[in-house]
Amino acid sequence: MYDYLWLIPFFPLVGFVFNGLFGKKIRNEAVIGGIGTLMIFLSFLVSCGNFFTLLNDSEKVHQQVIASWMSVGQLQIDWGFLFDPLSALMIMVVTGVGTLIHLYSIGYMHGETGFYRYFAYLNLFCFSMLMLVLGNNALVMFVGWEGVGLCSYLLIGYYFDKKSAGDAAKKAFVVNRIGDFGFLCGLLVLFWSLGSKGVWTFNFVEIAENAHLLQTGGVVVTVVTLAFFLGATGKSAQIPLYTWLPDAMEGPTPVSALIHAATMVTAGVYMIARLNGLFGMAPDTMMVIAVVGATTAIFAASIGLAQNDIKRVLAYSTVSQLGYMFLAMGVGAFSAGIFHLMTHAFFKACLFLGSGSVIHGMHHAYHKAHLHDDPQDMRNMGGLRKKMPITFITFLVSTIAISGLPFFSGFFSKDEILWWAFAGERGHWMLWLVGAIAAGMTAFYMFRLVFMTFFGEQKTDARAKDHIPESPLTITLPLMILGTLAVVGGFWGIPHALGNIFGHMPNYLENFLAPVFEHTQELNGLEIKPEMAHSAALEFGMMGVSVGIAVFGIFLAWVMYIKNPALPGKFVASFTGLWRVVYNKWFIDELYAAVIVNNCKRIGTFLWKGIDVKIVDGIVNGTAWAVKGIGGGLRYTQSGFLHNYAMGMVVGVVVIVGYYIFG
Amino acid sequence: MADYLLSLITFFPLLGMLILLFIPRDNEGLLKSFALAVTLVTFFISLPLAFDEVFATSGGMQYREFHEWISVGSFFKMNYSLGVDGISLWLLLLTTFISPITILSTWKAVDKNVKGFMALMLLLETAMLGAFVSLDLFLFYFFWELMLIPMYFLIGIWGGKNRIYAAVKFFIYTAVGSLLMLVAIIFVYYYAVKSGAPIDGFGVQAFYNLAIPSSAQHWLFLAFAVSFAIKVPMFPVHTWLPDAHTEAPTAGSVILAAIMLKMGTYGYVRFAMPLFPEALHTFIPYLALLSVVGIIYGSLVAMMQEDVKKLVAYSSVAHLGFVMLGIFALNMQGMAGGMIQMVNHGISTGALFLIVGFIYERRHTRLISEFGGLAHKMPIFATIFLIVTLSSIGVPGTNGFVGEFLSLVGAFESDLRWYAVVATTGVIFAAVYMLWMYQRVMFGKITNPKNENLKDLSAREIILMVPLLVFIFWIGVYPNTFLRKMNPAIELLLHQVKSKQVAVVEPVQPVIAQNIVLK
Amino acid sequence: MITVYHYMILSAIIFSIGTFGVLTRKNAIVIFMCIELMLNAVNLTFIALSRHLQNMDGQIFVFFVMTVAAAEAAVGLALMIAFYRNRESIDTDDFNMLKW
Repeated sequence: MYDYLWLIPFFPLVGFVFNGLFGKKIRNEAVIGGIGTLMIFLSFLVSCGNFFTLLNDSEKVHQQVIASWMSVGQLQIDWGFLFDPLSALMIMVVTGVGTLIHLYSIGYMHGETGFYRYFAYLNLFCFSMLMLVLGNNALVMFVGWEGVGLCSYLLIGYYFDKKSAGDAAKKAFVVNRIGDFGFLCGLLVLFWSLGSKGVWTFNFVEIAENAHLLQTGGVVVTVVTLAFFLGATGKSAQIPLYTWLPDAMEGPTPVSALIHAATMVTAGVYMIARLNGLFGMAPDTMMVIAVVGATTAIFAASIGLAQNDIKRVLAYSTVSQLGYMFLAMGVGAFSAGIFHLMTHAFFKACLFLGSGSVIHGMHHAYHKAHLHDDPQDMRNMGGLRKKMPITFITFLVSTIAISGLPFFSGFFSKDEILWWAFAGERGHWMLWLVGAIAAGMTAFYMFRLVFMTFFGEQKTDARAKDHIPESPLTITLPLMILGTLAVVGGFWGIPHALGNIFGHMPNYLENFLAPVFEHTQELNGLEIKPEMAHSAALEFGMMGVSVGIAVFGIFLAWVMYIKNPALPGKFVASFTGLWRVVYNKWFIDELYAAVIVNNCKRIGTFLWKGIDVKIVDGIVNGTAWAVKGIGGGLRYTQSGFLHNYAMGMVVGVVVIVGYYIFG
Repeated sequence: MADYLLSLITFFPLLGMLILLFIPRDNEGLLKSFALAVTLVTFFISLPLAFDEVFATSGGMQYREFHEWISVGSFFKMNYSLGVDGISLWLLLLTTFISPITILSTWKAVDKNVKGFMALMLLLETAMLGAFVSLDLFLFYFFWELMLIPMYFLIGIWGGKNRIYAAVKFFIYTAVGSLLMLVAIIFVYYYAVKSGAPIDGFGVQAFYNLAIPSSAQHWLFLAFAVSFAIKVPMFPVHTWLPDAHTEAPTAGSVILAAIMLKMGTYGYVRFAMPLFPEALHTFIPYLALLSVVGIIYGSLVAMMQEDVKKLVAYSSVAHLGFVMLGIFALNMQGMAGGMIQMVNHGISTGALFLIVGFIYERRHTRLISEFGGLAHKMPIFATIFLIVTLSSIGVPGTNGFVGEFLSLVGAFESDLRWYAVVATTGVIFAAVYMLWMYQRVMFGKITNPKNENLKDLSAREIILMVPLLVFIFWIGVYPNTFLRKMNPAIELLLHQVKSKQVAVVEPVQPVIAQNIVLK
Repeated sequence: MITVYHYMILSAIIFSIGTFGVLTRKNAIVIFMCIELMLNAVNLTFIALSRHLQNMDGQIFVFFVMTVAAAEAAVGLALMIAFYRNRESIDTDDFNMLKW
């Protein structure tokens, strides 16, 4: 079965080539969308086959080399795939969610002029993402890494006639490139430092096997991992490089769901998990990761509190949830982080697709009423639960999941992260506290979103009010599947304490991923502190607290947006300054623009107009002018009179001959 | 046949030019087709080289040709000595490959004195090919200078508004460097004759084995280095490039970027470095510094350009910084990276200049602010432009990445590690200036009514871009085709450079002195 | 006895006369004749020294000089005629177009 691994990325590539080359001529949406969806579905089937083979296989690590890519001296890089529990899980998420979103897109993108272009890009994205996940060496991963960045660029800029979309696309690519700089540096330092120990490799398996050659906690490991982490902050939108993700919402909504929620943005988390052997050896880096993750979680959540654009709220929520995943990585809870990655993929994809369904409906209504209002502004929504029942139910379920109410998927994964943040050897109660508060904020802003959108009075313009339909089946079917997963997806990784209640149900996910992480965790003591390890009461207590905080958040949202809708206005009025800062995203974009972007431009202009034109060309042209000036002076000796020339010759001859005779 | 293959390749365009002179000047169609046919035939004659497996196993010179050429008394002997190895192989093929494309690109662009234009293009091709295959320093110099003349006229006659300034600047910059090199060549020859070493006229391979005293080496190396640095161009002698590129006709820009700039980097690899290894050792930190400065400087200046062509020209400065950094790493990866990046730059930047040419032909302006929203009217153009842009940025899967990556790997392995870290930031800047330009030209709504009626690429324009696109992906996905045949030659070259460095440097190793002091 | 020195002195005198003529006269034809005078002075030296040194090289050179002088005369006179057609003068002060 593993011999067919290459088919997994190959199918979407075929879809891309087909739609890219012929899509424009075909013009039949059913064919284009069908091919695109079919291709990713086929690779989902192959993934399933491989996944279930692996489940029952005692040998958990498989590699397949397709061809040599670059070979120069001791540098040997292959086009190769690595199939182990971690990549198996990831390809299931990517192809599974990918298939649903392709299907959804057929309905959502109906009637767009660039329909073929959209599906081509989407297939290309899946190809890149699968290369990223399946690559058996860091270079193939980097191909996918840049490839998804590129597709993100193309898809954010899909509506390229909007200036904001073009800007957002460019911003996403450039910010990601800053991260890629870190990735590349990490890669190169790692290659050199392992090479100087005699192992020249980019292969993940070999890196993991030889990581011990480097000194644990040493400078090299710390630098390498920090550089890689810089790469991760770019791709996974963490502080300080998160600013591109909210702007990325300029892309079509299914794109936001697939790329900017479920898959691409988790690449950084995946990368750290993949290189866990190295990261485990760098406690300083781990601490940085945990702190950055926790800070991002609460910081992004705070911005999410005040946004009115339905997609922006979800975008900041994504940044915040990614912060949780990094927090997990930082405290050594690798499988918990991957678990959250998976559940997040389910519920956040569902939320984005749900919001897409809402936007689709609003857009439809405005279109019918010939209005040009913003279909994404929540202040124009309200009471939609009756108009769009399926969308409402799936959205609500996912919101409960992300808020972490018991027995929904988000609850298990988030609580496991918080538990590790509190009780892990690398954890700290401060990290837990920040995470818990962020969880409360998450519950608040997510329910605020639900209440503003689906409950209360309908605030839509009266002319458009009655034209809001429920979305077609291609849109609602993925919603229902993802909604179901958002509910039950968590039972695959039940924490030990809870598992004991459910009749000793094991944590399947942790056991499944153990071959990847176990070694590192044992080697570097990444486990729950022994004094807390067997205290089920403590674990339940912590769960209780975080659920309590979440419920409080929901209650607050209910009070402010259902019970007493005038309250938010009063609140804003009394805290204008604070509200404005939060509403404007803490002015971080403006800060970056002023400090970095403008100064780069200024330096560029100075180098060009100052150094290049004035100094270098000044010297060059100055020399030319000097020559011209001297020549200009000397030309007056050319009188044009024959006698002067003849006289000059005679005098010259006399002087020279005289010099030799008498000199 | 194989005995004279290199001569045939080199002089076929010249032969074509001589025949072309007999075609009536008002028959423009025939002139163009004939020139195209000549370059195409040259390309096909050169193709067997690409398939010759000998390069994959042997790093030495192949297809040698040797004839006595000029001898002045018993002292000066210039020989007609040709050969090709894995290093010059791909540059040679790049030249024969790009030439037909440039000729095809002039189909509509050149409307005055087509005959002169085509004749000069063919002469230029001979000169460039000759420079890549010469093994005799004097012959190399001959071809090197011969290149200058057609290019001077191409810019000066068919160029833009400011063409005379640009042409003269280009000529003088290059001539200054050339004369320094000529002096150094003559000095090396004198030294070789005086020292009684076995030499073969100006044959460069015999010169590799000379043991020139280090004080002399420094000056000689500097003379060569400055000459080649101007051609590369390295900061701060790059200012001829933006002017020459902007004013040159599209075909001239393409040739200039794709091939003539490589003459500088090739000169380093073939002549300056193996001839004066000891001096190289001394100057590497400074040269590497200039390369890195070039990368950052070129990128930052490119970012602020208002003229698309100037932007591409400055991006060349940055790209060639990567080439030079890779070469100065003096190891397999860096060298291979530098070499393949030369080819990449030829393809990608050549393609970019063609693209700029396309829009210039349509709108007769190159100012970024004049455009915007072109993607609506020209979807095929938008796609091709995007692919080339990405290749120029160095996105993995395209050729640019392979070159940059190998150069950086090499630099990280060598002592130039910190330079490499700074150079790596170049990947960020490249994205900034290229994508910003792309966005301003292609994205958004059409704001300028003049852009409303733009036509998408014609079949001819697509045909001339497709081969370039093929190589962008080929080198990106399977560079081994090219690396395989470069590796032996690079190995040999490094051996030449390093064995002599050790031989000359070791006697003064301070370790021994220290031991004595300690005792 | 007339020695080679006498020939040398005579030659020098003729050469100087020629030079003086070239420098002072304005009429192009006269200048031209003065140049011929200078050439013949040199020829005289050649012949004299050839005889003195018993070497025929000098005499061969004289033939060269005479040939060149003849050719020069042809070209020079043609130039003058061409010039006269334009300016109606062969005064060298009118030949002043070739200046800065």
